[in-house]
Amino acid sequence: MDKLIDLLSQNARFTNAQLAAMLGRSEQTIKEQIKKLEDDGIIKGYSAILNENLADKNTIIAYIELKVTPERDSGFDDIARTIMMYDEVEAVSLVSSGTYDLSVTVKGKDFKDIALFVAQRLSTIAGVLSTSTHFVLKTYKEKGIFIEDEEIDERDYVAP
Amino acid sequence: MIDYDKLLSGKVKEIKPSGIRKFFDLAASMKGVISLGVGEPDFQTPWAVRKAAINTLEKKRIIYTANAGLASLREEIASYTKDKIGVEYDPKSEVIVTVGGSEAIDISVRALIDPGDEVLIAEPCFVCYAPIVEIMHGVPVPVKTYKEDNFKLKAEAVKEKITDKTKLLILPYPNNPTGAIMTREDLEPIAELLRGTDILILTDEIYSELTYGRKHFSITALEGMKERTIYVNGFSKAFAMTGWRLGYLCAPAPIVKQALKIHQYGIMSSPTVSQYAAIEALTKCDKEVRKMVDEYNVRRRLVVDGFNKMGLECFDPEGAFYVFPSIKSTGMTSEEFCEKLLSEKSVAVVPGNAFGESGEGFVRVSYAYSLKHIIEALRRIEEFVNEHRG
Repeated sequence: MDKLIDLLSQNARFTNAQLAAMLGRSEQTIKEQIKKLEDDGIIKGYSAILNENLADKNTIIAYIELKVTPERDSGFDDIARTIMMYDEVEAVSLVSSGTYDLSVTVKGKDFKDIALFVAQRLSTIAGVLSTSTHFVLKTYKEKGIFIEDEEIDERDYVAP
Repeated sequence: MIDYDKLLSGKVKEIKPSGIRKFFDLAASMKGVISLGVGEPDFQTPWAVRKAAINTLEKKRIIYTANAGLASLREEIASYTKDKIGVEYDPKSEVIVTVGGSEAIDISVRALIDPGDEVLIAEPCFVCYAPIVEIMHGVPVPVKTYKEDNFKLKAEAVKEKITDKTKLLILPYPNNPTGAIMTREDLEPIAELLRGTDILILTDEIYSELTYGRKHFSITALEGMKERTIYVNGFSKAFAMTGWRLGYLCAPAPIVKQALKIHQYGIMSSPTVSQYAAIEALTKCDKEVRKMVDEYNVRRRLVVDGFNKMGLECFDPEGAFYVFPSIKSTGMTSEEFCEKLLSEKSVAVVPGNAFGESGEGFVRVSYAYSLKHIIEALRRIEEFVNEHRG
């Protein structure tokens, strides 16, 4: 099962026939295994990996570091759940950095758009102690894929 | 004016240029070619190995090593070899660290062959064996293998070619270009044939780590074989270290003693930085190697399936990183197929006859490429095959 997940993570658009060939299983088996991964909630969805620069010049991404006070019963979960409800928020993770607790990825139209979102929406949430915003200027690699450049095969036609 | 033609060695002039080389020159002259031709891993050398090389550059003097190679590396080679094929070699007298597997093959042949000696070579095979034999005024004798036998070498075929001049059998498995392997059961009849003779074996096991589903077996491990076998291996394929130029041979001490003379006069010692890095490869990179093998296996299955589906029959290769589909159903020769595929679809594969006459009717396809690349190349080849099906 693991290798199937690995291949789908590389490229979710491999056909069942291709996956079947690559793993030496039948197409029917692949179909069932993918369905099971989806039913079990292991595969949560499929999305395209974009070169945001080319896809939409009016998009900007920022990583926001949030320092928060954990709540008595729910720890960080309630705050994280509040944050993730915003459409502007692409990703939320709890991290073990020591300097901050929640890492939030936000997508916006421009710097000001994001700055306002942080100031008006995130910093005002009860329990949020501080925020630190990092704008993404350029993405080089995402999900194992080179974004700006094609991977170049440097191997030459060497033969005896 | 100097007439170079008169001065150059007649023997060397007689050597035919490599068939792979010829085809690669053509491919290299074209733009936008998608290649499935290259015979080297697309993976990076494992980081631990590169780091060991960096440390060596920072902290050590890069001086010659002992002619036979660093003592510590030879010890690791002996212990790795024992672990992998179950045969023990004395690192002091039975191991030479060479400049790639290529040099190991070269000095082995040169240490053994006198003019007129016959060398049996399992074919199709890598292109270097016959020319080296010829340079020594030896006589290469191809022993053909067939798709019907999954390109395994058959004892009967070897037996037919043995004469009183036969000195050496070259056994290149896992095989480039076919991807064939030899199991213990396949090797036993060959060993039986050679037991009690004076015929030696050169076993080129450079692809030994790259087998799929079955663990590699070396003829060296069979009874009575170690004493007549030169075992060649290296770092290029298993550890993705082609550019480091490092290989080795293990053989009985009297053979090593003579081969070492050629190595020391011709080479002095193998690259020092590479030798230190190689210790790391042998001792710490098992996980990385397994990961590469796993990845090759996925690609291998995809490529074999692809060729079979497009009607170019392809036996299931269990080793190396090549598949060897038959293109006979297209009615073209290997060279026609490859040249047309290159000019019409800009895809490069190597004609099977570059690896010996018995490779005619086949092409060598390397899967040391990313899945994305392989899928696109297969798509173009399928298009090509469909357009040429009468």
